[in-house]
Amino acid sequence: MSAMIINDLVFVAVAGFTLLSALGMVLSRNLVHSALALILTFLGVAALFFNLGAVFLGLVQILVYAGAIAVLIIFAIMLVMHGDPAQTNRFNPSLGTHLAGAYVAALLTMALSLSIWFSELPQVKGKTVEDAAGMLAQLFMGNYVIAFEAAAVLLLVAVVGAIILARGANQS
Amino acid sequence: MIGLNHYLILGTCLFGIGIYGVLAKRNAVAVLMSIELMLNAVNINFVAVNRFIRPDEVLGQLFAIFVIVVAAAEVAVGLALILSIFRHTKSVNLHDFNLLKW
Repeated sequence: MSAMIINDLVFVAVAGFTLLSALGMVLSRNLVHSALALILTFLGVAALFFNLGAVFLGLVQILVYAGAIAVLIIFAIMLVMHGDPAQTNRFNPSLGTHLAGAYVAALLTMALSLSIWFSELPQVKGKTVEDAAGMLAQLFMGNYVIAFEAAAVLLLVAVVGAIILARGANQS
Repeated sequence: MIGLNHYLILGTCLFGIGIYGVLAKRNAVAVLMSIELMLNAVNINFVAVNRFIRPDEVLGQLFAIFVIVVAAAEVAVGLALILSIFRHTKSVNLHDFNLLKW
């Protein structure tokens, strides 16, 4: 029983941390602070994955999101930033657009949250699998091998395309 | 007792914050960051449904990994596009990206 209470407390703490970091990312006016808050959000999501028993996915999340994508975003920010850093990430100056965005987001969140809260979802109290990475590897090389190969081709094309776009096509 | 509903609502809130960022920000890099946040919310939903409905399989985690792969490709190409446009217009303000506008 006490383990469940500890589990609930961990969920509340991690979820609050993740939501606060996400809000900080959206509301900050400094683009560098936004990127740092985004890294905290990624780490919070990784902690949620650990809490859900998806250890391998949590490690992938830390490696790919909090590592690679964060470095990529920070490099892009350093390359495109000019002027006062405290004014780099302002909201849309048109108040109508800003309010419409807030309205759409609030409407979607409220509607989905209420419908989720009042629905009885079927839940199974089973144990998580022991060897998730092994089962994932068998699925990747078994039933989902075509999707796996397509993802590999997608990554290759994305890398080549990103290099060509970033350095300019007509430079020799 | 924390169950599937709580995780789904957390995913919904993160997705809503991401949508707010996409619609209300005007820096292109910030919009890309908000899209990453939305993809993370989807990943939380995948893993939570996996954990609470079919805990004996890992299909939700499999699809979450595919989402991570597509997100990595998307952010690489998106940032390269932003760099390329920045070289032409000297701006990352979405308001200035109107080359295709009549």
